[in-house]
Amino acid sequence: MCGIVGLLVKNPALRDRLGALMVPMLTGMTERGPDSAGLAVYTTPVSDRQHKLSLYSGKHALDWSELLGRISKEFAQQHEISVHGNHAVLTTAADADQVIAWLKRNVAALAVLSVGQSIDLYKDVGAPADIARRYRFAELRGTHLVGHTRMATESAVTPAHAHPFTAGRDFCLVHNGSLSNPHLVRKHLEPLGIEFETDNDTEAACRFFEWRLREGDDLEKAVERGFSQLDGFYTFLMGTDTELLIVRDAFACKPAVVAETDDYVAIASEFRSLAHLPDIGHATLFEPKPEEIYSWRI
Amino acid sequence: MANLKPVPSAREFDLSRDSLRQLNLYLHQRAVAEGISQVSVQNPDGAHSIACGLDAELDVQIHGHVGYYVAGMNQLASVTIHGNAGPGAAENMMSGRVHVKGFASTAAGASAHGGLLVIDGDASLRCGISLKGADIVVGGSVGSFSAFMAQAGRIVICGDAEDALGDSLYEAVIYVRGNVRSLGADARFEPMTDTDRAAVKGLLAAAGRSEDPAQFKRVASAKSLYHWHADANQEY
Repeated sequence: MCGIVGLLVKNPALRDRLGALMVPMLTGMTERGPDSAGLAVYTTPVSDRQHKLSLYSGKHALDWSELLGRISKEFAQQHEISVHGNHAVLTTAADADQVIAWLKRNVAALAVLSVGQSIDLYKDVGAPADIARRYRFAELRGTHLVGHTRMATESAVTPAHAHPFTAGRDFCLVHNGSLSNPHLVRKHLEPLGIEFETDNDTEAACRFFEWRLREGDDLEKAVERGFSQLDGFYTFLMGTDTELLIVRDAFACKPAVVAETDDYVAIASEFRSLAHLPDIGHATLFEPKPEEIYSWRI
Repeated sequence: MANLKPVPSAREFDLSRDSLRQLNLYLHQRAVAEGISQVSVQNPDGAHSIACGLDAELDVQIHGHVGYYVAGMNQLASVTIHGNAGPGAAENMMSGRVHVKGFASTAAGASAHGGLLVIDGDASLRCGISLKGADIVVGGSVGSFSAFMAQAGRIVICGDAEDALGDSLYEAVIYVRGNVRSLGADARFEPMTDTDRAAVKGLLAAAGRSEDPAQFKRVASAKSLYHWHADANQEY
């Protein structure tokens, strides 16, 4: 069991309140996912020449300003860093792949959670409310969010196994359910040069969809291919820099409910995570039908 | 001299203030003793197991959307949800009546033995799965695998049905007015008799609906799965 939540604000006036609206949604799913939580927020994109990297140092106390100094020495371009304890967002004008390769070689304790021009990503083990406080989720601003509370059933409880999973640029996915063929999917993807970071089933789905995006599919087409390639139970919620998408498998065992108003689209595993939202009494409520793709653009 | 002070017969709970446990404890242990016959619930906000396991002739009115298992295992009580219901509404109901004014999520009326479940809107997948004797009236449409392995009882569907309606049916009977995307294994359409039309008429009336019973089709078991066929090679 897990909880998923998503929020896309259509009314630009709500962008400053994105995190504040989301926190009760996330904590409302604590019973469905008490062991870990995470969230991807899509903000105003950085310039074309820049990328943002969400970095996580886990239990290691990292001297972030010292790290910034080392990066600046290595790469001549401009860099900025915004720190929340063991988490930081590095904005860099250097080549993102080169920066990531350098970080992997030189800072063993560091995990790169996401890369892109809009996405910031936070995930950790612990109760959702604690994680929301730890990373100040209530202060997050942006256009849309993808969040998850985890109750692990098929792989370990670690920060790396927490959702959202990311692959490529500005793409993330959260999952309620369990896949029965993640190893087969992985076996197809690894010979293509696609590297995995965990043994988690959701990572296989995330990397499958991102591979299809790179091959030229749009997200809807990629998800359609998933119907025949991904076996198991799922409600998937995905984010790109411009889109929020939800899909449930053919048996729709894993719940989801959508609330839509003129101002926002909110998605959660259960209505109890939506009940606090403004004007919810006038929202259009529905449950996504099996194997139907629902997406919204900012 | 008679006590002229009016005795209250109704009680209100507000789940933004009162706990779910307080509400259910009251419904189970105190309402009848206090002479209360009507209980209203405000701000259910998707909570699970509201009015579960009731065993008295209470009238419970829930104003808002509810989560999993509302009115599960109900006996005798009448529970009305002025909103949508989460998975497993009225699952394992024994008697009484549960009325969902909005839509119901998956497995509404699962394994219900008796009583009447009315859903004014749509019901999601697996409505009436393993039904054991209750009646279900759905004003809208039902999702795939509805009435899967239903053993006894009746399901009236005023809208459409998605895939595999009535898969592996036993003695339960389905009456459907709209389109059926596909029937499940061993389910078949059968001619409507006067008895069927009277049954549909009665169930629609009980649900407060006005569809014409003549528009419904009967789906029941072809009974080819009743007995083990050694030669079937598991190809059903």
